Amino acid sequence: MAYNHYILVCGGTGCESSNAGGIYNNLVAEAKAAGVLDKVQIVKTGCFGFCEKGPIVKILPEDSFYVEVKPEDAKDIINEHIVKGREVTRLLYNKEKKSAETVEEIEFYQKQLRIVLRNCGVINPEDLNEYIARDGYMALEKALFDLTPQQIIDELKAAGLRGRGGAGFPTGLKWEGAMKTESDQKFVVCNADEGDPGAYMDRSTIEGDPHSVLEAMTICGKAIGANQGFVYIRAEYPLAIDRLKIAMKQAREAGLLGKDILGSGFDFDIEIRLGAGAFVCGEETALLRSIEGQRGMPTPKPPFPAQSGLWGKPTVINNVETWANVPVILNKGASWFSKIGTEDSKGTKVFALTGKVRNSGLVEVPMGTTLREIIFEIGGGIKDNKKFKGVQTGGPSGGIITEEALDTPIDFKALQSLGSMMGSGGMIVMDEDDCVVDVSKFYMEFCVDESCGKCSPCRIGTRQIHSLLDKISKGKGELADLEKIKEIGFAMQKSSLCQLGASAPNPTLSTIKKFEAEYVAHITDHKCPVGKCRELTTYMINDKCIGCGACARKCPANCITGERKTKHVIDQAACLKCGECFNVCKFGAVEKV
Amino acid sequence: MAKMSLEDLRKLRNETQQQIKKRETDDKIAQVIVGMGTCGIAAGAKATLDAFVKELDEKNMGGDVIIRQTGCMGMCQNEPTVEIVMADMPNIIYGKVDAVVAKEIVEKHLLKKELLNDRILDRPAVDILKK
Repeated sequence: MAYNHYILVCGGTGCESSNAGGIYNNLVAEAKAAGVLDKVQIVKTGCFGFCEKGPIVKILPEDSFYVEVKPEDAKDIINEHIVKGREVTRLLYNKEKKSAETVEEIEFYQKQLRIVLRNCGVINPEDLNEYIARDGYMALEKALFDLTPQQIIDELKAAGLRGRGGAGFPTGLKWEGAMKTESDQKFVVCNADEGDPGAYMDRSTIEGDPHSVLEAMTICGKAIGANQGFVYIRAEYPLAIDRLKIAMKQAREAGLLGKDILGSGFDFDIEIRLGAGAFVCGEETALLRSIEGQRGMPTPKPPFPAQSGLWGKPTVINNVETWANVPVILNKGASWFSKIGTEDSKGTKVFALTGKVRNSGLVEVPMGTTLREIIFEIGGGIKDNKKFKGVQTGGPSGGIITEEALDTPIDFKALQSLGSMMGSGGMIVMDEDDCVVDVSKFYMEFCVDESCGKCSPCRIGTRQIHSLLDKISKGKGELADLEKIKEIGFAMQKSSLCQLGASAPNPTLSTIKKFEAEYVAHITDHKCPVGKCRELTTYMINDKCIGCGACARKCPANCITGERKTKHVIDQAACLKCGECFNVCKFGAVEKV
Repeated sequence: MAKMSLEDLRKLRNETQQQIKKRETDDKIAQVIVGMGTCGIAAGAKATLDAFVKELDEKNMGGDVIIRQTGCMGMCQNEPTVEIVMADMPNIIYGKVDAVVAKEIVEKHLLKKELLNDRILDRPAVDILKK
């Protein structure tokens, strides 16, 4: 016998701590009292990611979404909703709070709107038919048979789509530039060289919905007059490459790629180029050189690729997420798309939410959503109830955004004015245990490794800033070093050949601006306030030690000694400062000083 | 698949849409959809998929249950994720489904139409194509 209703009680950490357990018990008791236990199943669930409004109770199949439920509400839920079939309106999430600007498609309690990820987690990416059933290749039909190249481009311009690779250049204008440049041959390129630490939106998009990228590139080919496309994807993404190859084979067999597509007379084919994992090849001119078989190094712009790209021919290069938007815009129309987002930035943005956040994963939200909504409502807040310190957007090219800017609606312009950038969409959350010097050093080390070395501001600048940061993290810095970092950073921003160098100082400069005191503590007090920088941290055992020996057993250097049931001691000369003793001690007897 | 004309493509779209609808409303058929993105596979989705195949074979249910794969749903923290679609049940997404949980899903959800405790996740967004 199937149940008529299912009551889902959120059992995530957040809801659990506000007595979701009591709600569950009361619901079971009330259902029993009302004699409906055979009609309704009451289950606890994983985190619903709406923790700020917890505890959450959801009722299926109606999809009633109750927030801030208390144990005493159980009676109404059972007697009104389950027995009489009437929603308990006072517990429903208040719809009015949602701005009327955002599209009606957003279910009132959900923050996410999935355009790019519309098929991810829904279709079988290896089955062309499933893509076709979900309006796949419908936009291509329009582009081939109903619209002129100019009309396609006008639609994109009216939609207000901006490139999702980082800089946010209007996609329609880019296509128009390539369309209007006369040439015997033109190219379409997909930038799938996603390389920011912590970012994997593009990988997931290709893995989950490869045909959307192929369809969009073919549409672009038609619009600008190109017959050849390339997907530049890093070799570290084997599954994405596999799925892309399968999709291309299927599309060719079905006549959706290749000669005379769908009998329209238009030819277009796509080849895959594997990148060896150099971060600089995500920069468009370096990527194009790499496709040509040259060393991946940037060239000065202008000329822009739309005028002179691959082998000197007009080339449209967009990133995966930008491509995935295109079919939806043609299918649903520019007016639908341009209603989503802010004045400055239309549509949605996919973020890879990682770091010290409870629900890490991919989120796609309308532009204009605040960081607080992303981190605390969708992301479920900070892990282990620690304090939020900042969030790094834009990876090694972005900056840190702190508490006071959490309520700023996020779009290209807003992030820039906060001293960060959209970047490709990595979002790394930091808590009170993260040290800004350590984080800046990490990103700068990444840039030192990834600088191609062609221009001196980047090649020398990254190395110099890194060695200054290293000095500071070891307690050997001077206050003048901060000024030096700012000077070098400014020079890099102004004079680097490409954005890798020009944006490399951003994480360091933005953390100096927001957390200068923490840098100063490293320099003048020779202390790392959060105890992350090894050279500045000493582990000590205090009088709370009961002599259980747990730390001594865990210590990889065997440098903790002591009799059973007496206070233990760390041999500072041998200590590796790995922190294992600190993590294992249940009595708070190990201190970082 | 042979090369299609515009008409062929439209016909195919229509047919597949009908098939999918039928699959969703036929009460003899259940679908088990396993998230097989890099995150899912890294978390053990292949073992989960094998466990479903084995369990359904043992219970002689192989003919009534379609096992499908899909990409990343975005809830990487909770991989492997599995969605269960059955005609007279709400669509349910389960997280952290290992072989043990897979067995439990077959025994409880598929056979008894009972939901599992502590595993259900909320769908992150409404489908923009279903309205």
